[in-house]
Amino acid sequence: MKKDIVIIGGGAAGLAAALGAYDPSLDMLIIERGAMLGGILGQCIHHGFGLEVYKEELTGPEFANKLIQECHEKKIPYVLDTTVIDIEKKASFIILLSSIKDGLYHIEAKKVILTTGCYERTRGAIDIPGDRPKGIMPAGSAQRYLNMEGYLVGKNIFILGSGDIGLIMARRMTLEGAKVHGVADIMPYSNGLTRNIVQCLDDYQIPLYLSHTVTKIEGRERLERITINEVDQNYQPIIGTEKTFEVDTLLLSIGLIPDVKLFNHLKFDKHPITKSAIVNQHYESSIKGLYVCGNALHVHDLVDWVVIESKHCGSQAKMNLIHNQNDTLHKIDVIPKDHIRYVIPQLISFDEYSETIELKFRSTKKITEGTLEIIQHDRVIYSKKMKHVVPAEMKHVHLPFHMIQKDAPILVSMKEVCS
Amino acid sequence: MKTLTCTVCPVGCQISITNDLSISGNQCKRGEIYARQEMTDPRRMITTTLKTISASCPRLSVKTNNPVPKDKIFECLHMLHSMIITKNVKIGDIIVKDILNTGVDIIATKEINI
Repeated sequence: MKKDIVIIGGGAAGLAAALGAYDPSLDMLIIERGAMLGGILGQCIHHGFGLEVYKEELTGPEFANKLIQECHEKKIPYVLDTTVIDIEKKASFIILLSSIKDGLYHIEAKKVILTTGCYERTRGAIDIPGDRPKGIMPAGSAQRYLNMEGYLVGKNIFILGSGDIGLIMARRMTLEGAKVHGVADIMPYSNGLTRNIVQCLDDYQIPLYLSHTVTKIEGRERLERITINEVDQNYQPIIGTEKTFEVDTLLLSIGLIPDVKLFNHLKFDKHPITKSAIVNQHYESSIKGLYVCGNALHVHDLVDWVVIESKHCGSQAKMNLIHNQNDTLHKIDVIPKDHIRYVIPQLISFDEYSETIELKFRSTKKITEGTLEIIQHDRVIYSKKMKHVVPAEMKHVHLPFHMIQKDAPILVSMKEVCS
Repeated sequence: MKTLTCTVCPVGCQISITNDLSISGNQCKRGEIYARQEMTDPRRMITTTLKTISASCPRLSVKTNNPVPKDKIFECLHMLHSMIITKNVKIGDIIVKDILNTGVDIIATKEINI
């Protein structure tokens, strides 16, 4: 079987990439390992999605349904219950698939878009000392058990990590009859949206312990008790600040990692911070014709941003196919400097059709008032005043392509304005 | 006197509001409206899931079409948790009309074919 564009992953990013790449003359296929399209949106039953893309507030399942309907209307082909075993790059991509219905088979693709999403960090990632009982799991897994299968995983809950999934699950478990004793975060600030802190914690008087972490886990069969400590500036527990909680469940909301390590034959250049592919402004990786977008590229705050990015990625893959852009293009680096944690894209390619470049970034700390500067040849080529920049919220600017010169990297830096 | 964090925008102003509704700490008009609403008639959207008899979809996700008074949240949930969905449902179908006389409907956010 030969295809022009194959999209791996049928969640929000995959569906949006397919819509962006859609052209009646192109042969496309979405490969989804689950039994349904829509990905993680199916278990995100809370509302707050869609304001950017659909201009209305939707729940996760409703948002997924809109994307799925759009794909159905365009008759974009997809396969379910099918997982990718390996991808090899030769003249084109050779993809090895395994499906419940059709067994093991190969397809060939000119372009591949990876929209495989991300996975949750587990207890092993942060080395919490203590026993190894039942009752400790990532918050997203608990969300799936509760919202899809109908199982409440515990009655007395503590949550480590105050990212949005942790906050949303604190409310969700409370509404379903569990008691959430508290949420702790090792950082001095929460990584969740303000709205979620108010509506998920404050509304139900759930305490938030900032600069705290779990230091002890006790329980033989099932979790019985946890201990938290305040941490110092080096994130080391301060002795004497112990608090204990009698809980049967510890949910972990301690970060998400792009899920792109599946393929032995496909080694692209990776970025140490995003832990995913280094891409250019078209979301193309160091392997020509392989694109990465959505949470598989970097973890987004909002599914709306995933959809916007992935539509763009899909349309670029299509453009590239139509323009038959096969030469290796000249590239320059995009380098994060002061107070910037990472920037997407990490590279800018000099092609004939780019007009503006969207730069997305996160700051390393809270900046009340600042100026974003883009610097080339020690000269500021673009600047923008920004207010209330926090690490939890991704920011973006559009840089006109003609402002960039071919012969030096560009630096992205945030200057704090002292008030 | 009550202190609340404004959720209208990412700034997250700490707004103080007294019992006679004098407001301080907000940086914009929208914050004032938010604080007044929170003080006089706080409301929230509810989303939850209902039990179904389908093996492939054991839960039906639902939402309120408008926010309900905050103090009615648990009462609404109690009622919803006693229900079992036995028929096919489409997105947008009304599952409960005017729940607990709040004027708010409970709406399906997922399609289920039993």
